[in-house]
Amino acid sequence: MSAPNKSYDPVEVETLKPEEIERMRDEALAAFAAAGSLDALHEAKVAHTGPASPLALANREIGALPPHAKAEAGKRVGMARGGVNKALAARQAELEAERDARVLVEEDVDVTLPYDRVRSGARHPLTTLSERIEDIFVAMGYEVAEGPQVEAEWFNFDALNIGPDHPARGEADTFFVQTASGGGSAVREGGTESGVVLRTHTSPVQIRSLLERELPVYVICPGRVYRTDELDATHTPVFHQVELLAVDEGLTMADLKGTLDHMVQSLFGEGMKTRLRPNFFPFTEPSAEMDMLCYVCKGESVGNPDRPCRTCSSEGWIELGGCGMVNPRVLTACGVDPEKYSGFAFGFGIERMLMFRHNVEDMRDMVEGDVRFTRPFGMEI
Amino acid sequence: MRVPLSWLREYVDLPATETGRDVQEKLVSAGLEVETVEQLGADLKGPLVVGQVLTIEELEGFKKPIRFCTVDVGRANGTGEPQEIVCGARNFVVGDKVVVVLPGATLPGGFSIAARKTYGRTSHGMICSGDELGMGDDGSHGIIVLPPETEVGRNAIELLELVDEVLDIAVTANRGDCLSIRGVARETAIAYGLPLRDPALIDVPAPNAYGYPVQVSDPFGCDRFTARTVTGLRPEARSPIWLQRRLQKVGMRPISLAVDVTNYVMMEQGQPLHAYDRSLVRGTIGVRRAQEGDKLVTLDGVERTLHAEDLVITDDRGPIGLAGVMGGANTEIADHEVTENGVNGTSDVVIEAAHFDAVAIARTSRRHKLLSEASRRFERGVDPNAAAAAAQRTVDLLVLLAGGTAEAGVTEVVAPSAPHTITVPADHPDKVAGVEYGRETVVRRLQEVGCDVYGQDELIVTVPSWRPDLVDPNDLAEEVIRLEGYENLPSTLPKLPSGRGLTHRQRLHRRVGRALAGAGYVEAPNYPFVGEQVFDQLGLAADDPARRVVKLVNPLSDEEPALRTTLLPGLLGALRRNGGRGAHDLALFETGLVFHPREEQRAAVHLPVDRRPTDAEIATLNAALPEQPRHVAVVLTGAREQAGWWGEGRPAGWADAVDAARAVAREAGADLVVRKGQYGPWHPGRCAELVVVADGTEQVVGHAGELHPRVVKALGLPERTCATELNLDALEAAGDGVPQAPRISTFPVATQDVALVVERPVPAADVEAALREGAGELLESIRLFDVYENAEQLGEGKKSLAYALRFRAGDRTLTVDEASAARDAAIALAGERTGAVLRG
Repeated sequence: MSAPNKSYDPVEVETLKPEEIERMRDEALAAFAAAGSLDALHEAKVAHTGPASPLALANREIGALPPHAKAEAGKRVGMARGGVNKALAARQAELEAERDARVLVEEDVDVTLPYDRVRSGARHPLTTLSERIEDIFVAMGYEVAEGPQVEAEWFNFDALNIGPDHPARGEADTFFVQTASGGGSAVREGGTESGVVLRTHTSPVQIRSLLERELPVYVICPGRVYRTDELDATHTPVFHQVELLAVDEGLTMADLKGTLDHMVQSLFGEGMKTRLRPNFFPFTEPSAEMDMLCYVCKGESVGNPDRPCRTCSSEGWIELGGCGMVNPRVLTACGVDPEKYSGFAFGFGIERMLMFRHNVEDMRDMVEGDVRFTRPFGMEI
Repeated sequence: MRVPLSWLREYVDLPATETGRDVQEKLVSAGLEVETVEQLGADLKGPLVVGQVLTIEELEGFKKPIRFCTVDVGRANGTGEPQEIVCGARNFVVGDKVVVVLPGATLPGGFSIAARKTYGRTSHGMICSGDELGMGDDGSHGIIVLPPETEVGRNAIELLELVDEVLDIAVTANRGDCLSIRGVARETAIAYGLPLRDPALIDVPAPNAYGYPVQVSDPFGCDRFTARTVTGLRPEARSPIWLQRRLQKVGMRPISLAVDVTNYVMMEQGQPLHAYDRSLVRGTIGVRRAQEGDKLVTLDGVERTLHAEDLVITDDRGPIGLAGVMGGANTEIADHEVTENGVNGTSDVVIEAAHFDAVAIARTSRRHKLLSEASRRFERGVDPNAAAAAAQRTVDLLVLLAGGTAEAGVTEVVAPSAPHTITVPADHPDKVAGVEYGRETVVRRLQEVGCDVYGQDELIVTVPSWRPDLVDPNDLAEEVIRLEGYENLPSTLPKLPSGRGLTHRQRLHRRVGRALAGAGYVEAPNYPFVGEQVFDQLGLAADDPARRVVKLVNPLSDEEPALRTTLLPGLLGALRRNGGRGAHDLALFETGLVFHPREEQRAAVHLPVDRRPTDAEIATLNAALPEQPRHVAVVLTGAREQAGWWGEGRPAGWADAVDAARAVAREAGADLVVRKGQYGPWHPGRCAELVVVADGTEQVVGHAGELHPRVVKALGLPERTCATELNLDALEAAGDGVPQAPRISTFPVATQDVALVVERPVPAADVEAALREGAGELLESIRLFDVYENAEQLGEGKKSLAYALRFRAGDRTLTVDEASAARDAAIALAGERTGAVLRG
């Protein structure tokens, strides 16, 4: 490659001679053709098309020509540069294609290599299932209400029409809280001296909602509750409930039924439905036990020994929890006029639903915090 | 309540084809929770016959006594010859009537009977015990000896009513009436639309003045007391087979005739009864509250000290029974006993059929931890009008079965009362259900359950005496709706006002969980129960407020009687449990409530329920509760990053714990100040104190870092376990709400790196703060990218901190001089504040 001529005669410019231009062009084309890699081509590109390349320098000489020579020289150089750029682009494309075909292949890796550098975390399915249920109702316009877990007996029992001598109060398997002095552990009539318990259901949150909120009240109350059961495959002393409360003018049991149906359809798919069976709870009247159609067999396993269903034990229905119309006495205790307002409520255990919705066989798996249990549930459920 | 279908059929003419499962379905739909239908004798197959023992030969030389018997079974074996049977039981003698199972038969449990060689003889069948026939335990475990008048050769399957179905019903607390066959029969009759043959509808003589003297001093506690006397009972009389079998089927054990009869009538009619041996009662029977310190030995042999509220039955000596709960041993009916002087036993009895206050009985039963069939019924409501009929039925049975004589005297003490009446609009059930039943249906359904109904638009409903649970209009609505069928309710949705979605706090809880899970932590919610020794293990100071706990009266375990004040014990327990199961690289988190007693914890008062409590009353209740803030905690051990084909791993360390705290604070939008701290569970050199400023006040919200080696050892944790715990509520309060958008400059950035040498104890955070402040507004960001300690190069006790500073202006391209000036100002302030020197 020739070095630029620094001491040139402004009239007789050697570099602009046709044979010189041709030589420069040929050298460039040869260099491109000789470039065996994209890196080499890049070097050749700088050398033959860059600002210090012979053709670029030749181009600058054009200005020094007498006017009559400018046009011809300009055309000559321009054509040469055009040819060079075209060849460059062609060679660039050629080499890239070659790289794609060969070099990238050589750079291959085993993409099946595992990459568990930081293992994924997860939220507990009891948390995420509860949130899933909350979200169904939040979408309908309900709000999520919370309350204390160590609760006054008045909220946990009395206001819910479970008076001190109500048989249901004795059946509630309640954890009682000691008085602050540490003494007074004796259980007195219908309660303890402290008047404080670990809430046995999330129903006290309903009472608090009725006392604190403006009517109408539409709330969903999820949370931890406590009963004095020993931990085994089907019981845990600490578990989770979701309860719903709606108090408005003109609410009916049909509204309760429709709300339940909507919930099971949202959680288990179209065609799902619930069934109510009469029952008794002090805080609702009328009261019902609620079942949902078995989402696995859709009831087809009933009386069909060839197709038994493990999920519902071939009963066709799965027991969900309790529900009913809010007992007017509860409304009265919360200062709500039962002549004007009515309400419905239901509640069920999250553990139970997790068991049948996700095939959990042993309650203990949900409380022991084993990461092998929790991890597969991820962030949402 | 166990209800034999055969007994139910006595009062309701169910179609013969109707099975227990059919009845179950009907009753469940009507509101009785029939949990199971037990099939008695389902796999039982004869011949099973009555036999009479002819000879007994004792076989010698075996480990246990064995008898070789011949038994007359009539023509049942086809030959009429005595049946040869080997038997191990000893509670029978020659001449006894027994139950014999012959070869070819199958006993419950699929036990096939065939002639077989045993103890050197051939046994052609078996002499049966109650257990073997699936009759339930009669207490003897011996073979059944039938009454002598039983006919030989008779089919014992029929005689003993071995084939039956038993409905097991979980009766709810409001339906005391269904703790009797009568009550269940009434529900069955309604469900099938059939008439009921009420066993309580029998002729009862009018009360008179010559009955056994009774004095009721507490008419509120006992509003009805009927006493009848039967004399001349044959002491040797025993309950007939049919009566024993019915008791067995409902789950009771036959004891003696008089006791069996009272139990039988209680099961039949729902009225608890008590029989006193008249020869043992001294004078007038009384009903009153106990006197403090009164003592009574109840039938279960326990001596009980009575409470002034306990309702007792007395005679001249004092208490002879805990009213409605259990009788006293001092007037117990004696079972027959054969002595040289003949047969001894109770011959005259006084029968009590009374009605007691439900609350009084419930309290006494709870106070003495004494649950009986009687107390269960009184607590849930017994028909007050059932006493006279039940007493009459008992008298009739004793006369019939024990040859007794009913005395003409009939005592009846009755406190005046009116039946309960409810006024209810005729369309009330319609409004509750959301269904148009119409007045006619409502009235018909209420009449079916036994109500008297008057009125047109406004119904005046008198409820039957056996349904004390029907009190309010909604109770009547439920009767109508359940009989019309809950399954026929339509499905509608209410029109809700618009909701406001989750609260800020609720969204924060979700975000924190997601952030930590996203950072590789697995959520592990734990029980809140702790033992106080854990505070020693955690190295808490003696006066640490976390040692003040809320305690339970009845904890599941005496080891853990308190509620947590920190999440660490539970979460570290989960870490240990996972470790024990072979997981060694662990990162766990938990969010949940902790419980702190208030300085002055008062008892929660019991407020009325007939009105809204005042705000002041609510505040009083809330003040009786402990504080229950929500905390978040993480624990880590093992590798935070695994080693692998990509290179080295990295152990979890204090910095991960602090990073978790920062991640949580970021979600809360709170500015978290991390500074060196010292607190019980943490390594004193590796503990960060976490601080926020809320309302201008600095507040310590938690700690993070590596745990103290002593804590690690005391709790049996892996070495270098790290942990963080934060008060999430306090963080939330310190959050700054709505984030503000920064101004983004598109001018070029000017980068300057500086390495500063400081004394080792100088916190990097202080150096960075000084650099930031010194650099001024042009500083876009600052990042510490290296920490370097080398005594030779830096000098003893020094460290080098290398920072990358990025400068940028919002309105121009910075010159090199501008950027350098800002850097120099930063270094100068860092030097002034922290003694930092630019590394040469």
